[in-house]
Order: sequence, then C-alpha cells, then structure tokens
Amino acid sequence: MFLCFVLNLSLGSVTIPFTATLKSIFGGAVENESWHYIIWNYRIPKAFTAVLVGSGLSLSGLLMQTLFRNPLAGPFVLGISSGASLGAALLIMGSSLFSHWYFFEVIDDVSLAIASSIGSFLVLLAVITVASRVKDTMALLIIGLMFGSITAALVSVLSYFTDAEKLQQYIFWAFGSVGNLSGGQLAVLSVFILAGVILSITSLKPLNALLLGENYARSLGVHLKQTRFIIIIATGLLAGAVTAFAGPIAFIGLAVPHLTRQIFNTTDHKILVPAVLVYGAILLLLCDLIAQLPSSSYVLPLNAITSVVGAPVVIWLLVRKKKMIF
Amino acid sequence: MGIGYTSGKKQSYVADQISFGLSKGELGAIVGINGIGKSTLLRTLGNVQPKLSGSVMINNNPIESLRPDVLATHISVVLTEPIASKNLTVSQLVSLGRHPYTNWIGTLSGEDQIKILKAIEMLELESLQHHKCFELSDGQLQKVMIARALAQDTEIILLDEPTTHLDLYHKVHILKLLQRIAHDTEKVVLYTTHEIDLAIQLCDKIFVMNKSQNNFGAPCELIESKSFEELFPKDTITFDPESGSFKINK
Repeated sequence: MFLCFVLNLSLGSVTIPFTATLKSIFGGAVENESWHYIIWNYRIPKAFTAVLVGSGLSLSGLLMQTLFRNPLAGPFVLGISSGASLGAALLIMGSSLFSHWYFFEVIDDVSLAIASSIGSFLVLLAVITVASRVKDTMALLIIGLMFGSITAALVSVLSYFTDAEKLQQYIFWAFGSVGNLSGGQLAVLSVFILAGVILSITSLKPLNALLLGENYARSLGVHLKQTRFIIIIATGLLAGAVTAFAGPIAFIGLAVPHLTRQIFNTTDHKILVPAVLVYGAILLLLCDLIAQLPSSSYVLPLNAITSVVGAPVVIWLLVRKKKMIF
Repeated sequence: MGIGYTSGKKQSYVADQISFGLSKGELGAIVGINGIGKSTLLRTLGNVQPKLSGSVMINNNPIESLRPDVLATHISVVLTEPIASKNLTVSQLVSLGRHPYTNWIGTLSGEDQIKILKAIEMLELESLQHHKCFELSDGQLQKVMIARALAQDTEIILLDEPTTHLDLYHKVHILKLLQRIAHDTEKVVLYTTHEIDLAIQLCDKIFVMNKSQNNFGAPCELIESKSFEELFPKDTITFDPESGSFKINK
C-alpha cells in the first residue's frame, strides 16, 4: 500500500523522477522547487483522497453485501449515487431553468459537492423512511434500485433539455476524480469516512451473525432493526461523502469485497473489514495511477479505469477458483 | 395462543386454541399433518415471528418482554431455512452460537471454546471441523446447525424438523442425542416432526395438532385417548395402538 502511495505520488502530468519524489516526501532537498510544491500541494492530497475514497467505497460495499446477503449489492444500491447524480445534474444542467436563484449561478467544486451531498442525503433519507416500514430486507434492495431508476430518469430528462456545454460539464463530474480537493474538503471527507468506519466496527459482531440470515441472527440476540439502521447510516456516510467529493466512482465498492473474500478465503468481518479498507485503498491508488499513465497533460476518467482494470481481475479470480465465495 | 401471519391489517390464523407447557428435562415433539402449522407454532415459540393472540412464557415471563440478547440466552433455534453464507467453516458456524455471551467484538473466551468443542464432539463433527459448509451434505449441515444451537447453551432448544435429510440411523441418533441432552442437562427440547412413530418411542410429551382439536400429553396417554387415530384419513392409514405405529391399508 505504501509503495502504491509513493508510486501514485511520483506520477502525474508533470514528470518527476521517482527518487526526487522520495526525497521530497522525506524532507530531503529537491533540485527543482516546483516539484516539491506539486508533490506537497497537489499530489499528496490527491493520494490521500484516493486512499479515503477507495477504503470508504469498499467498506460500504462490504456492508451492503452482508446486509442484503447478495453478492451483487454495492454501495450504491440504496440510491446514494443516483441521488448525488441528480443533485449534480440539477446544479449543472438545471441552472438555465432556475437561473433566478443565486445558488445556481456558481458552479464550482464546492457547490457541486454540496449539491450532490444534498441529493444523496435526500434519496438516502427517502430509502431509510421506507426501510423503517418494510420488514423484508430484499424489498429494501429493490426499493433502493427503484429510487435509482427514478433519479436516473430525471437526470436523462434534464440532459435532454440542456445545452451541450452543460452536458459535458455534467459528464466530466460523472467521470469521477480524486484530484482538486482542498485541505478543508479532505478533512471533511476524512471525518465522514472515519465515522463510517467506527460505526462498522461497532457492528462487526452483528455483521458476522447476519451471515446466517436474519432469523438466525435474531435468535442469536441481534437487535435487527437497530443493526440495519446503523449499517445503512454507515453506508450513507461512507458512500455519500465519497460521491460528493469524488463523483460516482463505480465498481470499487462491488469488486473489492469480492477480491478480498477470494484472497483471504474467509467471511469473518473481523478480518474482512480491515482487509477491505486496505485493498480498496490500494486498488484506487493503482487505478488513479493508471489514469495518469499517459503522462501527458491528459488524465483518463477514473470511472472508466476502475472498471477496465478491476473487472478482469475479478473475472480472473472467479474463474480460477471456480467457485464464488460469499 | 393463536398463531398465524399478519398481512397488512388482516390476520390469518393458521391455528388457534393452542395451550401446553413443558418443564425442565423434557423432550417434546409437535406432530401433525402438512400445513397444520407445526413450523409456524415453533417459530412463534422462538419469537422468530410474532404471535397473534395469547402468550408465550418462559419462567413466567412473556418472551416479548425480554431483550433480544437476553432471550438469546434462553432460547436457541434450528430452522429449516438455509443459512445465507455457506463459506463459513463448521467450527466458525458453531462458534456463532456463542454470540450472545461474547463481548462487543465477539472474542471467544476459554469457556466459549470449551462449549464449542463439546458441542462439536457431541455431534461427532470433529473430522469436519475445518470444512466449509458448502462442502457438506444436507444431513451433515443439519448436524452442524444442531451443534450451533447446543453451543448457544440455552435452557430451551427449538428445532424445526431436525431429522429431515437424515437416514434412519442418523435420525434415531439425533433424536436419542436430543433426549439425552434434555434429560441429562435439564433442558427443554422441542421439535417438530413427521416421524410420529419415533416421537412416540422417544419423547416425554407430544403435542398433536389437529384441525378440530389439539391434544397434549405423554405418548401413552395420547394413545389411550386415541389422539393419533384421527390424524390421517382412515381409509389409507390406520394407527395401531399395540405397537404405537401407523399401518398402511392395503
């Protein structure tokens, strides 16, 4: 993980030698002052964001897969990313429709983050409200997906009425990115991720009991409603914060828990939770690294890389082991 | 007590007028034809699903008044539903039975380890300990689930058709084991079954579920009161009180 971190630092649109990167990190003198500046002010925050984003998404994916006992569940089954997309779409593309509102005039990273947080929070709130009414967890899964389709439909209606420039801006947001976070934003993101991780750690034991199914978990003394609520909140914090700051990054949340289960061959959450955090961070650092590999001024969209790189790995692991472990 | 399902505001009763009690050290069985509500009754007793009317009491406390984690130290269940993750090893699954007693993160103490090993030994699962559940046969998995319930070390063990998927030898073996657990460790063991002949031979008390009336008592009393004879249509199967078994009419 450390290696990936350093590798990630040394690559970017400005070529900086690997040794210079190391020197710069450990406080040595670097020949080129601007390298030092780039590393400390641009690349280190970016690498930290990648670590937080990767860990957060992976952990929320694991939580959802265990809660729904469904290997296809990911951090976004509760409609979090679609809510965020709707928020972002409303801000970017709706500005022409609601031009008399001042808020819509300023489209920058901060207002985007705010809009997508509000969007994901509102959708999550709706899902939680419904969740307290339905007893069946599987129904909750479907409801989350339905909310997703509704927001996706709204977004496509918006994009139909918007002009090309705005549409492009929205699509760039949807590509996902771990760059351009200020120190303050990074701090906010860390607080949310930390809260999510702490909530997950407190529910390690019920998570393990849930491996037997809800009825058995209840017979083992798990307070089902409370546990479900905590897990949903944790996922909302993790996935919501990540989506707000880095855009809807696909795949990591679905794939990393599978990768980790295959590698560790266990279902014990006491091992899985830390492992998933580390692997998620590694995978996203690697993906971000590949996204910059062209080494020119172009940076490939992160969202495409995560799937292009990650999917074959998961397929390869599944084929090799011939058995899906869940 | 009345049992059944609630759907919206509508309650559909599966069975009503149920009343019986078991005391420490007794092995009980619930018998009856398919669809009469044996599993529903058992699940209601274990608080897996809510009752519609009446009350279920443990040591004179209604079960709903107990917190879930406290109730888990009184009642353990073995259900017919499959477990969600079959990637657990046998010993991991049995260890989950200690869940109500472990600390917030689920660390097993020395005492927990002893109880887990004992449960594994009682069901002769030592050789399978490190196997994954998806490698086991249905019968072996059933034994593992029973071991898990034993590891939970509760005064009451409820089992929903514990002998399905097992051959006759293992059926008898499991039932004798349940009988021994009930008698030796002063536990209440209650299970649902279709094997009425075996239940008659091994159980202390039987609850016979029948549409018109439900009977409860020791097997001999029930035979005397001819409770088993109305269980099935007389033209296909008749009950032979002498041997305590059913005969097929040829």
